[in-house]
Amino acid sequence: MTAAANSVPWEFQHPMVGETTFPVEEVRRDFPILHQQVYGHPLVYLDNAATSQKPRAVIDAISHYYERGNANIHRGVHFLSEHATEEHEAARRIVQRFLNAADKREVIFVRSATEGINLVAQTYGRKHVCAGDEVLITAMEHHSNIVPWQMLCEEKDAKLRVIPINDRGELEMDELPKLLNSRTKLLAVTHVSNALGTINPLRKIVEIAHSHGVPVVVDGAQAVPHLKVDVQELDCDFYVFSGHKVYGPTGIGVLYGKRALLEAMPPYQGGGDMIRSVTFEKTLYNDLPYKFEAGTPNIAGAIGLGAAIEYVNHLGIDNIAAHEHDLLIYATESLSAIPDIRIIGTAADKAAVISFIIEGIHPHDIGTILDRSGIAIRTGHHCAQPVMQRFRIPATARASFAMYNTRAEVDALVEGIQKVKEVFA
Amino acid sequence: MSDLRELYQDVILEHSKAPRNYRELKTANHKAEGYNPLCGDHFTIYLDLEGDAIRDVTFQGSGCAISKASASMMTQSVKGKSKEEATKLFERFHKLVTGEANGDRDSLGKLDVFAGVSEFPVRVKCATLAWHTLQAALEGKQDPISTE
Repeated sequence: MTAAANSVPWEFQHPMVGETTFPVEEVRRDFPILHQQVYGHPLVYLDNAATSQKPRAVIDAISHYYERGNANIHRGVHFLSEHATEEHEAARRIVQRFLNAADKREVIFVRSATEGINLVAQTYGRKHVCAGDEVLITAMEHHSNIVPWQMLCEEKDAKLRVIPINDRGELEMDELPKLLNSRTKLLAVTHVSNALGTINPLRKIVEIAHSHGVPVVVDGAQAVPHLKVDVQELDCDFYVFSGHKVYGPTGIGVLYGKRALLEAMPPYQGGGDMIRSVTFEKTLYNDLPYKFEAGTPNIAGAIGLGAAIEYVNHLGIDNIAAHEHDLLIYATESLSAIPDIRIIGTAADKAAVISFIIEGIHPHDIGTILDRSGIAIRTGHHCAQPVMQRFRIPATARASFAMYNTRAEVDALVEGIQKVKEVFA
Repeated sequence: MSDLRELYQDVILEHSKAPRNYRELKTANHKAEGYNPLCGDHFTIYLDLEGDAIRDVTFQGSGCAISKASASMMTQSVKGKSKEEATKLFERFHKLVTGEANGDRDSLGKLDVFAGVSEFPVRVKCATLAWHTLQAALEGKQDPISTE
């Protein structure tokens, strides 16, 4: 590889020069976990696409809930229950504003993005997809946006079709209209690829799909922490994300759905909370969003997610995006200057995710050696085996950035990679 | 760096770069596939069994330095051994890489270089993938084996 230092070997859609004024040191102080040593080195956490760390505000919101506010919601007449219900519903409104959903009833709390996708597959999907129909996905999906559709297609004897990607890891948009037809019942697409970092042109995808009458389900797990998402502007029909990737706790996620679609869908799970009345003869289901929220929900999780989103809002998602883009460009330049490194995923529009391989060194060994320098990255197929097959590689090493990462940490990564090369010299 | 050097011993690096018995075995009468879904390591073990004796053993596939070197050195150490001897050797090797060898390391011969793996618990699966696969081939299992 001959890419010169200080120049990105391909063109980014939004080039940017110089460091931003993002208050990264202040932000770092808000994340207690970052201030520790791993194997005698300061922790350099670059596995944010797997999960993000949590700011003090989120940790405090969760402990405060358990210390002062814990009660079951939607049923108690007592003080704590009423308060917990308010907090839980306040979190829903925070999510609604964050996604710019038209109505708070369009925000369904689920366990994770994965559960959100399964919910759509098992309700909307089972209702509308019949034998001979087609579900369209893309070649860059995470397993969580492949397997639920595969299961549905198997059950219904429908066909799963795939929009291909090019060598840069971008969707082949010319193929999209050709893959849509009268049998296409749904298009499921990721907003940002977890393995490649590609940001998909969602607005355009939705427009094309809608012109064929096909609703669009978006996996936003990798997008929501890094860029502004406006579901009304995107006009997507469903949008899912996980709390833990956007600085919130694990075990909480969100399914956004257009109200008319959600109203017409059968419930997902049966149980308490999702009913209006139950007799042995007939059950009347509750209104949105509760129809899809059977059982006592993850109340602390929702409150923690609300706190996480408020933390993001306070810094401004656009400022976060600018800071991360600076890191992406700096890291791309720095890594490209190392001989024998190949970056997998070179889309013009990219989030701060860098998948790479080093000639002759398996990603797993890269990960182990970096770990001993306190640098946490992910190695493997990133739950996107078809992406690996597309690039004919078994695995990659992946550094993924968040708002609290710094250029100095990129330097530490580069130094760590030199060490990897020394071991294998 | 010291525990890294302990893990990535020269012998291991050398075997990972130039694995021995790395080929398909035309005379194989047993074969098994091993897969580590966590990191994508994937090996096929080819076995020529005559009764209980391992007449020849080879492998192919892709994986990290530890899994490849382990596969390579395994083929060298079980060739010519009986099924039972190979199984016993795996038991001792497993104890070595999980740090339970308690000084009983002499009988492992060259395989002793994998002792450093015990300091890296997540890499135990890498070191044992080929051995699990060999076990499956010896038992004539048809389904690919997985570390998960």
